[in-house]
Amino acid sequence: MLLLAGPCFIFVAKPTEQHLGQYYTVPPSHFHTVFPHGLPPRYQQQVKTFNEGCVMVRQPALELISHLKRADYSKPTLRYLLYGVKGSGKTMSLCHTVHYCSTQGWLVLHIPDAHLWVKNCKELLPSSYHASRFDQPIQASNWLRNFRTTNEHFLSKIKLRQRYVWTKRESTEEGRPLGELVDMGVSRVKSSSDVVGAVLKELRLQAGGTEGGFRLAVAVDGVNGLWGRTTLKKEDKSPVAPEELTLVHNLRKMINNDWCGGAVIATLSQTGSLYAPSSAYLPQELLGEEGFDSMDPFVPVPVSLYSEKEFESCYLYYLDRHWLQHPHSQTEEGKKELIFLSNRNPSVLERLCAFL
Amino acid sequence: MAASGGRTVGSFLWKCGNCCFNFNTVSSNLTRQVLSRQLCVSAVLHRKNLAAAGPEKFSEEFIKKQVEEFNIGKRHLANMMGEDPETFTQGDINRSIAYLFPSGLFDKKAKPLMKHPDEVFPKQRAVQWGADGRPFHFLFYTGKQSYYSLMHDTFTKALAVEKHQDRLRGKDLFTQDAKQISLVGSRWLLKEELEELLVETISEHDYARFIQLMERLLSLPYCSVEEDFVQRYRRQLEIQSSKQQVQPLQYDQHGVAYSTGDGKQRKTATGTVLLRDSGSGSISINGTNYVHYFPVLQDREQLMFPLHFMGVLGRFDMQCSVSGGGHSSQAGALRLAISRAMLSFLSEGQVETMRQAGLLTPDPRIKERKKPGQEGARRKFTWKKR
Repeated sequence: MLLLAGPCFIFVAKPTEQHLGQYYTVPPSHFHTVFPHGLPPRYQQQVKTFNEGCVMVRQPALELISHLKRADYSKPTLRYLLYGVKGSGKTMSLCHTVHYCSTQGWLVLHIPDAHLWVKNCKELLPSSYHASRFDQPIQASNWLRNFRTTNEHFLSKIKLRQRYVWTKRESTEEGRPLGELVDMGVSRVKSSSDVVGAVLKELRLQAGGTEGGFRLAVAVDGVNGLWGRTTLKKEDKSPVAPEELTLVHNLRKMINNDWCGGAVIATLSQTGSLYAPSSAYLPQELLGEEGFDSMDPFVPVPVSLYSEKEFESCYLYYLDRHWLQHPHSQTEEGKKELIFLSNRNPSVLERLCAFL
Repeated sequence: MAASGGRTVGSFLWKCGNCCFNFNTVSSNLTRQVLSRQLCVSAVLHRKNLAAAGPEKFSEEFIKKQVEEFNIGKRHLANMMGEDPETFTQGDINRSIAYLFPSGLFDKKAKPLMKHPDEVFPKQRAVQWGADGRPFHFLFYTGKQSYYSLMHDTFTKALAVEKHQDRLRGKDLFTQDAKQISLVGSRWLLKEELEELLVETISEHDYARFIQLMERLLSLPYCSVEEDFVQRYRRQLEIQSSKQQVQPLQYDQHGVAYSTGDGKQRKTATGTVLLRDSGSGSISINGTNYVHYFPVLQDREQLMFPLHFMGVLGRFDMQCSVSGGGHSSQAGALRLAISRAMLSFLSEGQVETMRQAGLLTPDPRIKERKKPGQEGARRKFTWKKR
């Protein structure tokens, strides 16, 4: 997988600090398993266009990976928070880390966007398990399906430690593999949110275990959605608080650091967030007081705009892929114009180059 | 009233309505003068022969009285304002009137004014025929007598110059490099200005022929003989770039050069810019980054234009503040402010190129007024046939 091309960007298999600013290719087979739902939509389009997925190795991702390597997994979980201005590459860094975790054999719990669970929900069912909570069957079943694709090989290995009763006739016994639980959740849409809750609980309990122990990585994108407001309304038009949603409730329990044997990696996102001003990007502004208190203590990882070297690398990558067709963009002056117009913001640069 | 002979009346032409003065139409070329006499001319004759000129509205007596009143009024005004009546100019008059009669109106033409009657009353043509119905000018029946007499005179002058040249050739004093009339920095009269001079309408074709004839006169080597005549039909052009004020560079305490662009207007948006030299190309607008302030690409391109044009993209740091208007007009205001601030860093030639590129011209377009009877400025109400 090691391809040498060009001075400033090469494709590396295992990125380390020396490869800062260079691209590494994710093998196509990994794409469907590791990232069924995690990548930003524009990046997915780029992957389809270029027929390969290349991720730039950047400082925040490397920092995260080094933390993960050195962490002590018998202590309560550490929480890492990626924050930065809009378009600076937080989701991409998260995906890079997730890919690393999956190559290391961890179990990855990747929630692509927590904001999807607090807005635009067509069906809200009152929860069967808890009277005052609400279920979201569609979102939950979608997520379970993707979870199943990501962690196929774990599903048969993990055994349930508790008996779960769904309805009068159905229940899942102790000792059954997790895969069965997930399949049931996918097929029985009505109880899928509770299944999600059960899955999370099981994983939490079993993560740090010594026998057949695995590391659990919880990757949440847009974590500030869990503590804000929702746009959902009950039937009497009163707003729904996030705690009243089963999915959110269970996920919050996950993020609390009362379990060990894994890590929680989260990103803040202003793009999908509700009722947050567009200039907000610091943890305090986006999480709110409640969220900040729950997340505290965490390891903040700032994600900045491209440095000069990274910009060079990205520019050369686009040139190499013949993405920049306009002859002027290949000159020095064109490069200066691109720097000016995008101010080295990765997403702005990507949108700019899209029509050049 | 007898007019004394030999006096040229300039380009003034008077006509008497139902009273008695017959004045000659004197163009600048003719010096012939006709004695005027008291006569009663019938209204029928007048009505039949009032062609394009139209009826005379102001008699010569009336205009003269107005001129006297204006002069006396000017002296009174000067006394009122406490200034010297002898050296009271039109500019002073305008200032005083604006002070004494402050007006809240927007239209310049609606405000009170005090000007010389020549500028206020339009020029008119006198009756061009005598009591016997016979016209004074020999070219009257061409219909455009002033124009044709002008062409006639110009051609006479051209022939005179050629005759002069032939005489010089005969004496062997003919040289090709005689002194030429300098035409730099001046332009021919426009068609409208020529019409005003001749007090009659001419067509474009006629105007083109006139210019052609003048050029032919100028092509002769010895045309400097008729320089005065030619210069009467040319106007001076102003040099635009000398009007540009370039502020000197200022230096702050670290020795870094900086300059400010003053607040510039574009459609109610004003912007100010502080340009700092030896920077990295970072721009902050009202405290935020310009990528966040102008998410639209077009606005950022507007900001980039002056820097890119001069090729100094990564050189300056900018701190801008802008208010008013929408995002597009704010971008335009900032662009103008950046260009103005950059002037102090550039040489003369570059200032001229910037001016010609249009970077230094404030955009005069504003929102057009909505008119009554229409839905908007231009859009009419839906037309219903019945």
